[in-house]
This record gives sequence, structure tokens and C-alpha cells, in this order.
Amino acid sequence: MVQLMNRTDKETQAAVSPVEAPIRETAKPVVYDTKQLNLWYGSHHALKNIDLPIRENEVTAIIGPSGCGKSTYIKTLNRMVELVDGVRTSGEILYRGRNIFDAKYSVEELRTRVGMVFQKPNPFPKSIYDNIAYGPRIHGIKNKKILDEIVEQSLRGAAIWDEVKDRLSTNAYSLSGGQQQRICIARALAIEPDVILMDEPTSALDPISTLKVEELVQELKENYSIIIVTHNMQQAARISDKTAFFLNGEVIEFDDTNKIFQNPADQRTEDYISGRFG
Amino acid sequence: MRITEQQPGVNKRFIDPASVSKRMDGRKITNSVFKTLFFMATLVALLVLGILFYRILSQGIGFLSADFFQNFASRFPEKAGIKAALVGSLWLMAVVAPVSMFHGIGTAIYLEEYAKKNRVNDFIRMNISNLAGVPSVVFGLLGLTIFVRALALGNSILAAGFTMSLLILPVIIVAAQEAIRAVPQHVREASYGMGATKWQTIVRVVLPSAIPGILTGSILALSRAVGETAPLIVIGVPVIIQFLPSGVMDTFTALPMQIYDWAKRPQADFQKVASAGIIVLMAFLLLMNSIAVLIRNKFQKRY
Ligand SMILES: Nc1ncnc2c1ncn2[C@@H]1O[C@H](COP(=O)(O)OP(=O)(O)OP(=O)(O)O)[C@@H](O)[C@H]1O
Ligand SMILES: [Mg+2]
Repeated sequence: MVQLMNRTDKETQAAVSPVEAPIRETAKPVVYDTKQLNLWYGSHHALKNIDLPIRENEVTAIIGPSGCGKSTYIKTLNRMVELVDGVRTSGEILYRGRNIFDAKYSVEELRTRVGMVFQKPNPFPKSIYDNIAYGPRIHGIKNKKILDEIVEQSLRGAAIWDEVKDRLSTNAYSLSGGQQQRICIARALAIEPDVILMDEPTSALDPISTLKVEELVQELKENYSIIIVTHNMQQAARISDKTAFFLNGEVIEFDDTNKIFQNPADQRTEDYISGRFG
Repeated sequence: MRITEQQPGVNKRFIDPASVSKRMDGRKITNSVFKTLFFMATLVALLVLGILFYRILSQGIGFLSADFFQNFASRFPEKAGIKAALVGSLWLMAVVAPVSMFHGIGTAIYLEEYAKKNRVNDFIRMNISNLAGVPSVVFGLLGLTIFVRALALGNSILAAGFTMSLLILPVIIVAAQEAIRAVPQHVREASYGMGATKWQTIVRVVLPSAIPGILTGSILALSRAVGETAPLIVIGVPVIIQFLPSGVMDTFTALPMQIYDWAKRPQADFQKVASAGIIVLMAFLLLMNSIAVLIRNKFQKRY
């Protein structure tokens, strides 16, 4: 972080991933539109008046100090947060134009369109094959040939096919942490989602696995919209197009990643990315 | 963080190595005293078990013949057999196992996966554990009132099976709840996160991981039902039966009933017959417990 700051603007720009011209990006359609979202855990006000338009085929990074509500926000996007007892929300989140809090909106359908990769690798205690085939199977695909194809395609998509193709029937728990995380990414790809949510997907990984996952995110954004929570500033700068800075449940700043890291509008953003607090 | 802020050498020392080593001997002695004490406690249990085994085996082994398994009850010790009781106990299990397991596992799934955490459900959970401590004779009275009389099932296998199911239900529920709770939340989240419904998640993720624990608990509970006598006496199960039941509405007798009857007869030889019966009952229980252990070892999943 300090290193990042000590560089001149020009160098930083070079370090930041070569993003396409921001002007063209704003033309991309909005996938997720969050409007005045509030969320309470019991009496604890965890998200406050969040407004965030998230665009198609972009990587949106969410950064902020521990406990500021990043995980809560990302879990709200696929309504996983409702698994916690006593959660209340207000405001709306439009996914492709429809409010996901609508009584008629089916969470199962939403989660089929929106895949999630968790902070800790969480494969099922099943074979690698069954892990990947889990999603397609619950959605009714039984044909072995089709499943085989989905498994291969998803594993290739998650850049782990070559490592596991000879042992698809071994338990996923026999893999290393980094491999498990890529299995989890492959598993999310297997439901052919529209959006992929990632909550600190590399926090438990070594630098090489981290790099692989980061490269993967870059490839995936061609076809998916990705929202990624990260504690790693360099990572956010490297892989994302847009960055949202959260603090105490509020969005302090949301802009192009270049802008956030080079010329943040808010003093608190600058303090955070330069490592002065958090 | 704080440690690096302090100057080196400024750290106060609270532990004096000299007094630590001075106290070391005393600590070691205390340790070995308790070790011996606990070993003795174990020894007493083993001793009692050993005496029990020896007495029963030496008394009963002589009566364990092929005839013993083929004869019905008799007034003459040398003609007495365990056939009716053994078959009766198997019939009883055939009712108790499906009824109690279906009911118990279903309740556990509801309480752990579906029920919201509120006061009513907490109250239910607490009372199920309490039910496990209710004496079996009380369940016998309940069975007598409801199944034997109100539902007019008489002293049939069905009535006894339902009563025994009620008796072991709390144990099965608690065991199944624990097994279900031991399935890590993060694998459930993984399933929900892909759009699985609650039912799909339960069937495909929760139960496969919980089933070894559930089965182990259930089998141990079932072996309790095999050995229980009090509820059977209360609902009026006979001991002397000269036929085999042909359906769940027939009356029957069970191993512990038969043993109890033999043991209270005055003739010395019937004590030996009772011992032979106990050997059969213990073999039955041992078999069930080994199946439980086998299942646990074979299917246990690690995370
Ligand atoms: N299940 C819960 N019940 C009650 N409060 C919660 C729960 N989960 C999170 N919180 C609270 O909500 C706030 C936001 O938590 P959240 O997990 O979203 O933080 P985060 O930004 O992801 O932090 P980290 O970077 O440490 O993962 C915190 O103050 C936390 O204590
Ligand atoms: Mg978090």
C-alpha cells in the first residue's frame, strides 16, 4: 500500500490494470442498481442509504475497513443475508430492472442467475465432479453427457481443468486451498450465471493461487459481471474497473478504479487507500 | 502491535523460573494421584462388568443349545426355549425402527433446518431433551392409556411398538439434531448460493453428511428399546406364549419379559435358563452396537 502511494501518478497508472477508456464503459447497461438500501441486523444499522449502479461486463471492487459492511452488501445482492435471523432491509435492489425484494421474486431464481464465491473455500464433501455438477443437477439436468460437458467447461473456465482432469472422482477436500477455491469458482460457473459475487476470494490463498484467481477474474469479465470484495488495495487496483469505498455501512466514494486510486474525491478514501487507517 | 511499540527490555517479568521449578514436583505428584484415582474408577466398572459376564456365561452356557432357540416357554427348565421371545423382539424392532426413526429424524430436521429461532421453538427443544429423562414406566402408562385402551390396539405388537417408539423418540431426536448441527453452515450456504431450495439442500448436502451420526444414535436408541421391560409389563404383554405372532395386531412376548419371568421362578435351574436368555439378549445388543460402530467408522465424513 505504501509502495503504491510512493509511486508517481504515471507509475501508478501503469501498475493499475490497463482498463479501457472510462467514457466507453459508462455506456454499458446497468445489471444491479441499488437504491437507498438500508439493512439492520436486529438494531444494528449495518448498511446506510447505499446507492450503487453496477454495470455489465465490469469488475466492481468493494473495499473498506473490517466491519464496514462489505460482506453484508454482497450477501444482500443474492439475498443470502436473509439466512441470518432478525435481518431487516429497506430500499430496493434492481437486478435487471426487477426489485429483488419483491414478495414475488424467487430467491432460488435470483441465485441461479447470480453465482457466489465465498471467502473461505467451501466445496461439498463430494467428488470434484459432483461438486461441479451440483448446480446443474439441482436445476434438473440429468443427462450424463451434458453434465460431463458442463463439468469440463466449468473447470476449464476456472483454470483448473489440467490439474484435476485425471482425478475427477476424488474428494474435493483432497485438493489444496487454492485449488479448492478454483473448484468453487468452477462450481459457480457451472450454473451459467450472469453475475458472480466474490467475497475476498483470495484471502486464504498463497500469492501464486491469488495470481491465478486474479487472471481468471480478468478473463471472466468478458462474459460475466463481477463484484469482488477485497482487502488488498493492489488487487483492487489491478483487477477492477470500478471501485466502491465503504465506511461504517456507507458508500463514501464510487468511481472508476483509476480515479479512486489516483485522485480520490474524499479525504477518507485517500486516507484508507494510503493505509492511514483501516 | 503493542509489543512492538514497547521498548525492548521494558517488558516486566511476572514468571519467576526458580519458583516455577520449585513447584514442579508438587504439580507432577498431583497429576499422578489423579491419574491413579481415575484409573481405579475405570477398574471398578470393568471389574463389575467382568463378574457379571463370568456369572452369566458360566451359568447359562450349558442351556444354550439348538433346542433353546427352537422351543417355546415351558414349565420344565430343560424344555424351556426362547423362540417366542426372540421372534417377538424382532417383530417389535420391525415396528419401532421405522416409526421412531421416521418420526425422530423428521422432527430433528424440522427443528434444526426449518424452525425459526424463537421462544416457542427454544421451549420445544429444551423439553425434548427433558423427555429423554422421563422414566420408562411413565411411557408405559401413556401407551396403556392411548394405544392399548383409547385406540383399542390391545397388548399387540403395534401397541408395544408405538409405546417403545415414544420412549426412544427423544433420544433419536437429540442424536439426529446433534448430527445435523455438526454439518458446517458454509456447505449449506454453498448450496443455497447456487439456487437450491431448502429441501434440495437437506437431501443433497445435510443428510448425506449427517446420516452416519443419525444412524449411530438411532441404533443405540433402538438397543435401549430391545432391553426395556417396564413399558411392556405396564401395557400387559404376556410372558408365556405358545405360538409365533403372524402380524402386528397379534400379541407377543419379548426377550427382557421372558428373562424377567424365568428369573423370578423359584427353581434353581430356571436361574440358569434366565442366564442363557441374558446371553442371547446381550449378543443381540452387541450386534446392534457393532453395526452402529461400523457405520460410524465407514461413513464418517471429515471437513
Ligand atoms: N450475522 C450478523 N449478526 C449481527 N451483526 C452482524 C452479522 N454479520 C455482520 N454483522 C455486523 O455488521 C457489520 C458489517 O459486517 P460485515 O461482515 O458486512 O463486514 P465486512 O465489511 O465484510 O468486514 P470484513 O472485512 O472483516 O469481512 C459489522 O459491524 C458486523 O458486526
Ligand atoms: Mg467480510
